[in-house]
Order: sequence, then C-alpha cells, then structure tokens
Amino acid sequence: MFLINCPYCGERDQSEFSCGGEAHIIRPKQPTELSDDQWAEYLFMRKNIKGVQFERWNHAHGCRKWFNMVRDTSNDKIHAVYKMGEKPPVE
Amino acid sequence: MTKYRVNKTKHVDQTKTVSFDFDGKSYHGFEGDTLASALLSNGVHLVGRSFKYHRPRGIMSSGSEEPNAICQINEDTDLTEPNVRATEIELYEGLKASSQNCWPSVNFDIGGINNFISPFIPAGFYYKTFMWPKSFWKKIYEPLIRWSAGLGKSPTKPDPELYDHKHVHCDVLIIGGGISGIIASKIAAKNNLKTILIEDKNILGGSTIFQKNENYKINDKYSGEWIDEEIAELKKLNNLTIKTRTSLAAYHSYNYLLAKENISDHLPLDKKNGGIRQRLWKIRADKVIVATGAIERPLVFNNNDRPGIMLSNSVKKYLDFYGVSCGFKNVIFTNNDSAYETAVSLKEKGISVEMIDIRKKSNSKIVKNAEQLGVKIYWNSTVVNTFGLRKIYSIEIMNLSEDGSNVVGNKIRINCDCLGISGGWTPMVHMHTQSGGKLDFREIDQTFIPNEIDKNHINVGSCNGDFELEEIINNTNKKVKNYLKVSETEFDNTSILNSKELDKRNIWLLPNYISEGKCKSFIDFQNDSTAKDIKLALREGFKSIEHVKRYTTTGMATDQGKLSNMHALGIIADTAGVKMGTLGTTTFRPPFTPLTFGSIVGRSVGNFFDIIRKTSIHKWHIQNKAKFENVGQWKRPWYYPINDEDLHDAVQRESKAARDSAGILDASTLGKIDIQGTDASEFLNRVYTNAWSKLGIGKCRYGLMLNEDGMVYDDGVTTRLGENHYLMTTTTGGAANVLSKLEDYLQTEWPELDVYLTSVTDHYSTASICGPNSKKILKKIFTDKDFSDDAFPHMSYQNGKIDEINCRIMRISFTGELSYEINIESKYGKSLWEKCIEAGKEFKITPYGTETMHLLRAEKGFIIVGQDTDGTMTPIDLQMDWIVSKKKYDFIGKRSLYRSDTIREDRKQLVGLLTDDPNEVLEEGAQIVSDMSKKPIEMIGHVTSSYFSPNLNKSIALAVVKSGKKMSGQKLIVPMENKNINVTVSDSVFLDKENKRINA
Ligand SMILES: [Zn+2]
Repeated sequence: MFLINCPYCGERDQSEFSCGGEAHIIRPKQPTELSDDQWAEYLFMRKNIKGVQFERWNHAHGCRKWFNMVRDTSNDKIHAVYKMGEKPPVE
Repeated sequence: MTKYRVNKTKHVDQTKTVSFDFDGKSYHGFEGDTLASALLSNGVHLVGRSFKYHRPRGIMSSGSEEPNAICQINEDTDLTEPNVRATEIELYEGLKASSQNCWPSVNFDIGGINNFISPFIPAGFYYKTFMWPKSFWKKIYEPLIRWSAGLGKSPTKPDPELYDHKHVHCDVLIIGGGISGIIASKIAAKNNLKTILIEDKNILGGSTIFQKNENYKINDKYSGEWIDEEIAELKKLNNLTIKTRTSLAAYHSYNYLLAKENISDHLPLDKKNGGIRQRLWKIRADKVIVATGAIERPLVFNNNDRPGIMLSNSVKKYLDFYGVSCGFKNVIFTNNDSAYETAVSLKEKGISVEMIDIRKKSNSKIVKNAEQLGVKIYWNSTVVNTFGLRKIYSIEIMNLSEDGSNVVGNKIRINCDCLGISGGWTPMVHMHTQSGGKLDFREIDQTFIPNEIDKNHINVGSCNGDFELEEIINNTNKKVKNYLKVSETEFDNTSILNSKELDKRNIWLLPNYISEGKCKSFIDFQNDSTAKDIKLALREGFKSIEHVKRYTTTGMATDQGKLSNMHALGIIADTAGVKMGTLGTTTFRPPFTPLTFGSIVGRSVGNFFDIIRKTSIHKWHIQNKAKFENVGQWKRPWYYPINDEDLHDAVQRESKAARDSAGILDASTLGKIDIQGTDASEFLNRVYTNAWSKLGIGKCRYGLMLNEDGMVYDDGVTTRLGENHYLMTTTTGGAANVLSKLEDYLQTEWPELDVYLTSVTDHYSTASICGPNSKKILKKIFTDKDFSDDAFPHMSYQNGKIDEINCRIMRISFTGELSYEINIESKYGKSLWEKCIEAGKEFKITPYGTETMHLLRAEKGFIIVGQDTDGTMTPIDLQMDWIVSKKKYDFIGKRSLYRSDTIREDRKQLVGLLTDDPNEVLEEGAQIVSDMSKKPIEMIGHVTSSYFSPNLNKSIALAVVKSGKKMSGQKLIVPMENKNINVTVSDSVFLDKENKRINA
C-alpha cells in the first residue's frame, strides 16, 4: 500500500488511486497515416519492466486528476510525481 | 490444586477457578491460564493427531508457533472456530475445546494406520500415487483424501459477531511488548512522539517478565522485577497507546501495517454481549520499530514428536509464568546455554532435571550455576530414540563422534516424563521480510538476521539477532536513539549482569545408529514432513528451497513453518554440501498468524457489502410489486407481475401494452454526463464515431463510442441543450467508466480543449413513456405545449414545466415506438412518475421493467452494449456502418477499423435468427453450428438475445455468426442437450423496418 503524493492533494493512501499503465505514450496526431504495425505499436505495446518505470496514475477517489509517477517496480519506491504535460525528471 | 500446579505466580490467580471441557471431559484451570497451561496442569499432554500419519501429538510450545495443539472450540454453536492454538487462547468459564484431525478419538485413531504404512507414504506420495487410474480420482481418491485431510470444521451458521476496522496514523509504531519493545516505546513516547505499542499477549513483558535468576540482573534487580517497574512507568505516559491482545498481521510497503485486536475472544460466551469481537487496525506509521523476539528451535532426531517433548523455554514459561510443571522427571536436550535457565528454575523448585548437551563443554555462568545445583549433564551426547505412545516415558542417548556426524559408544537409557528441547533461537524476521527487507546469514549461530539497508524501519532485540541481555538493552537503546534522533535516554548507563554464551555447536539433523530410512525425525510437525522426505526430494532432483517446500509440504501448514523452515534449509544445505547462507529463505507472506474472515471484511457485510443504488421512484416500484434486477449497483424494476403472473406472462402483457397503447419505464439509471465548454462539439466529434458539429440546438443524436482498438464500448443519445452545452447519456452499467475514459482523454491527450464534464446521473430522474398514446398523455401533462411532429419532431428536445418545476422533454425512442423521456430533478422524480401514471390511466398506461425494454428493442433490432457485444465487436460487425463517419479525419478507434484483423470478412457479425418452429425460444448463449457432420463440429457463433415476441407472435433472436452478413436466409442449427433446433438467418430488424411507429 503506497502513500502517493498527489500533485494536487498531497499524500493519500494508494486505495484512492488507480494506475493507468505506462506513461508518455502519445496518441498519434495522424493515425490514418500510420501502417498497421505503427498503429499496433501505439495501441498494444507496453513495457512491464522490473525497475524504474514511468506510469500514469489517476486520483480516482479524490480530485480525479491524472498525473505521472516514476516508480521502481522492484521495490515500489516512488521516485517522483509530476503533473501531466510536465517534463519527466531526468534522473 | 492439581498435581502439576507446583508454583504460585502473580500471573495466574489460583483463587479463581475456571471450568472447561476438553474432548468431552471436564477440567479446572485458573484465571490467567491459557487452554494449554490448564491442560498441562491437569497432566494432559496428548492433544491431537498429526496430519499425515496420525501420530499422537502433545503441546509443544507456549505461543503462536504451536504446531500440534490445534483445537476446534465451541463446536455446535454459531461461534465455533477451527484451528485455534491452545497455547494462545485464554481460558474462560465454559470453554469447550476438542482435538482436531482425529477420529473417532484422540486416544484411538483410525487414521493412525497411516503410521504403520508410513514407509509407503513418502514425500510427494499423493502426487505420485493418485495419478492413475484416472477413473479412481473422483470416486475413490478425492473423497478419501478429503475425508482424512480435514483441518477442523468451519461454522455452518452466519457469524453473529461484529468486526471493526480502525484507521490510525502515528509517529512510531512498536511491534512487540517484550523488553526491547518496552525500551523503544519509552524512548519514543518520552520524546514527544505519538507512539503505539502492540503486543499479541494479554500482558506486556515478553519472556523477561518471568525471569528471576541470579545471573541476569538489571540495575541490581532481577530482570523480571526491573521490567515490572518499567511497565508501570510506561502505562503513565501520555503519548503512548498500548494495545495488548493485538497481533500484527501484515507489514506492507510505505509503513502501512495491519494488526488484529482481539476484544472479546477471551470472554465467556454469555459475556460477549454481541459487542465487537475483533478490530482490524490499519496503521500508517512514520516510523516502525520491530521487536517481535525470537522463537526457540526444536532439535531434529528420531521420534522427536512424542507428547511430552516440548520446547525448553516453554517448559520454563509453564513453570515460572503459569506455575505448572510439565513433568516431574525432566530431561532437557540442548545445543546452547539458554536451556540451562530452564534447568536451574526446575531444580530450584526441587523438580528433577537432567541435561543432554551436544556441545563438548560450556563454561558459562548459567551452566556452572546448574552444575552447582547438582544438575547432571551429559556432554557431547545426543538423543537417538524416544519411547511412549501417548506420553514419553524414556529416551535413549549416545555420544557424538568428534565431528558430530555419527554416534559412538553405548546407548544409555534415561526415564523421563518430559523432554525439553532447544536447538537455539530463530529471530522472527517475518515483519522485516514482509516489508521487503533482505536477510543476512550469521554463520556463528546459523541465523538469518535483518539487513536494514534501505529500510524505513529498525529491528531491535532478539528479532535482530541480539540474544543476550546486555546486547538487547544496549543495542536497542543505541539503535532507537539513532533512529528517532534522540541524544540521551534513561537507559544510557544501565548496569547489566548476564551469563555469556561462549561455546556453540549446531547439528541440523542429529546422527543415529538406526539407518536413516527407519528414523522418524520430524521437521514440520503439523504437516508431518521428516528429514527423510527432504532428502528424498533432493535425490529426486528438486533444488530450489521453494520447490522442496511445496513437494514435501514443509512449512506449509497453519503455523507457516515457524519451527521448521530453518531445519529444512539446514538439512538441504548439509545434504547438498553448500553453505546455508547461499540458499536464501522461503518467502514469508502475510498474515503472520491467521486472520478471521470477519476481521478482514469488517462492517462490509449484509447491506454494507456493496452500495445499493435506488432511483427516486423506487418506493412506487415496491408498492406496485415490482420484481427487481441488479444492473451494476442499481436496483431496476425487472417486471411488474399482476396476481400470479410469472416473468414470461408479465413481460408478454407489458410488451403488448407498450405497443398497443402506452407503457412507462423508469430510465433514471442511465448514465448522464453534462458537457459544457466552447469545444464541446469538437470533443463529441472525437469520442463518437458519427459527426456532431452540425447537430442543431434542441436536437438529439444517437452515438456509438469505441475503444481505441475499434471495439464498441458504449452507446447512448446525446442532446444539444445550447451552443456549448450537451447532455450525454450512457448505458447504466458503463456510466462511471465512460466518464473516467472521457476525463482521461481530456486531461492527457487533448488538454487544449475547453470542455468540462460533470456526472449528473443522480441529479435527474427520467420517466420514459412510449406507445401510440404517449403523445396524448404528454399533452395532458404539458397542456400548453404543441406536440405536433412539426413543432416537436422525433430526436428533438424541449423544456417544459410541471407546476413551476422545470423539466426537459426528449422525443427519443429505444423501443421503436413513439416515445418521450421526461427528465426532472430527482427530488421530484416520484411525483413526476405518479403524474404520468395518473394522466395515462385512461390509456391503461402500463409500467414495464428491464425485461420488456429488452424485448421491445430486440423486436426493433437495437443492440444492447454488453449483451449483444462483448468487447470484440466493431460497428461494422454490428452492421451499423451507417453510424461510422467516413468524412471525419479521426475519432477514438477509427484507425483500428481497418487493421488487417478488423477488416476480415469472416468475423462474427450481428444477425437475426428465426426458429423454424415459431414457438421455440432459443437460449441466450446457445452455440450455433452449420455443419454437424464434420467432427469436431465447428462453432460459428452464439445467440446474444432471444425472446418470444407477443407483437409478432413468434420467437426472435439476435446472434453473432461468422460471416453472418452474407448468410441471410441460410439454415443453421442450434444444438441443445436434447435436440437440435433449426433456425434461419434473418435481418436483425424484425418489426417496423420503415420506422412508421416512431413518427406515428
Ligand atoms: Zn488529488
């Protein structure tokens, strides 16, 4: 059970949040110009790595805002939390 | 006083007698006893039979590690509970307990036959033997295993007790109220930190509280006296909450912990008063100090499982804490100094005791103390056999060879009625590892101790591998100071006297003159796995400790291997010739001790199990005898039976009435999303498959929403209320997910759009009136309104007023009939409904439920998302190409509609089905085939919706069939259990293809 620091509300229990999978996958602006393979890459391919992962989270039972999180999936350490549209931390 | 109650202690009140039953026999104990101590005071050791071989087993320990003394309590009451450890349950008046896993009785046990055939039940026996013949499994093997493998009986009646959850935050949580936990709590609370101390026993003090030995003193007091004073002071501290009878169940990440508090388990049945039985504490702690102590290890030797063989420190606890001597002729078998404290304590009370030590010598103070008291010690010796079926009466010992790998010399026989065993101590690192902590192996005493790198908690006391008093006090003080950033404490200059252990020797599996195959050296007492089983598993090629554990079931019983895991590891390491530290341990998973389902569920039972949503018209539905259907969390009227009508009759009547005159449906549960903003039209363009820019104000449009993979996700009618204002409806079950999905796109993909979404599902109630007379009814309600087709056409909306209350009227139809929906603020929902019923009386307006709604729309071939679709249907599959805009550049799911897989022509497609016999109604979900001759028969589709239509007077069905689009008129077969039903593929619109009714 993580303690997640929602960028809008502050620290809240994990049960208030839902995870939306890998972050920084941008919906193509011209989907019709993509080949089947390119579209499939956007649509289906997601990383599930052991280690530091960038994820989308939603404060579903709170402010309902989406934000991004950097989490180490091997020990659940949350390295950073930042708003949608903000640049991911470099480290 | 019974014979075995030899000592008066302050923890057991020998003036207050408590009577209880065990296995149908009445006994007496005292207030302060556990069931185990009371049984032992009556000389009862034999309390159960082992799981596999049904060997007689006795009380072995005094705590949560107990593998044998597992009872069913209060059988035949609704409060009965299986798998209760006799060592943990506090004795109360009228307690009824019985042994588990023995039939017909603990003294005569039929399953004991397994003991004699045990050479034939090695590890993996069940896996190997019951494989064949296959036909034996269901009728013979399974019932046999189930019958003989039961661990207690679950209650058959509903649990009458209450359970609670409590959420707390604290600065410091201390787990364990022994000496190190007490020191830590005092330091934390005295430094202005909000502190919680939890202890699973009913009193604080751990094993220090019954220490009264010259060799262990703190500030010149016996350590037991010293800790009494500390506890008294602790109880006066303001910042400290002390929770006894509270056991830690789980330690999750970010210092989130679960603890179970027993509130009434120790009370007699008639004093429980229906109050709260257990409370689950959900604790978020800034800092956690683990002080869970250590568990004494058994020794593994031949026949080490007889009743009367007990952990040495438990023998001491029963004597010094409960005043009970477990035997009068005791032998203690050890590899370490701690067992000598038991010997000294026995001897000081004049009780006979002898020592067998596998070490060659020990010159510590406590050993000298024992020698001075005249305790006979057999050095460099091991027990090779024990005797006594229901209770031990003698043992055989031999000398060990120089390297300990063998026995030498003559056998010596010693009579005894209790054999204490001590193989050293295992730190309880469960909490540390549950939190994700790693372990280090300490070679000198073969223990795994916590590695605290990167952890947000500390371990203190013996769970940290500090076993000697001086280490415990000084290291605890030092670590806590450092962790809590405290510069000085009252424990800084404590004077401590203790005996130091200098000589160590460990042998995981003690050697024997009897061949290994004939020895019964138990490792896991509860699951009956022996050293031989482990070695067999290794010979058969199992290497990983996790695999050996599962194959032999070592450590997989209700005690989770608290006594057995280390020995299993040690024997694997020795056999495989590797270092134990390199093997790693098995994973310790929560809960540390079993949790009741009640405590997990808390108050979320009965009506609180899930939210029940009711519309504002619900009371009317009840008054009018509606049968309800669950749709998501909603209760929706399913049908309204009159007199003795069943579902079929009611639905036939309701459906006919709706098409012949007028019907009314409570449509309040449909999801409603208010959409506002200058980009609202553009937003709808992107989320629906059809075009929205040109929808006039005051008009309604049906929309289909896809997932990005092109599959139909939701549908509904959206109304343009104003230039930048829409009201979207969704399916009842999909409302919450649709809102989340739309929010997701708005916030993450299209933040540039000026759009605001608000869920208004609960804000408006909706009455949907359909049928040829619906217009007349509306006219009676809204007398000044023009309902002509020109003024108020199909798919449009107008505002209206009922007695000054604003409402919205939409002329939309899900039934194919002329139809209106009236939306009004929910608080007026019921009066609106009643007004409609009143106005419709002269037209015999008929309330109808979801079943009739489904039938009516099926007649018209309208889909229900989630019934006719299953997440694999595109709009093209549904033959709804008309709703997919060719002009729009993009919308959610567009690109996926021409992926190679979605353009396949042999996908399952929605069609109508007509049965050759018009009275035959297909079963929803039934499979469809075309060719019965070719085996295996290919399934080409299934029925999604099926009804008998009273308006068409025949059976109709919707189905999805491979290449169905091209199959119109083709004969197919729906094979059922007893017959094959012949069907013909038809158009999916069965009624009024020309849409005459909607505009009637
Ligand atoms: Zn938030």
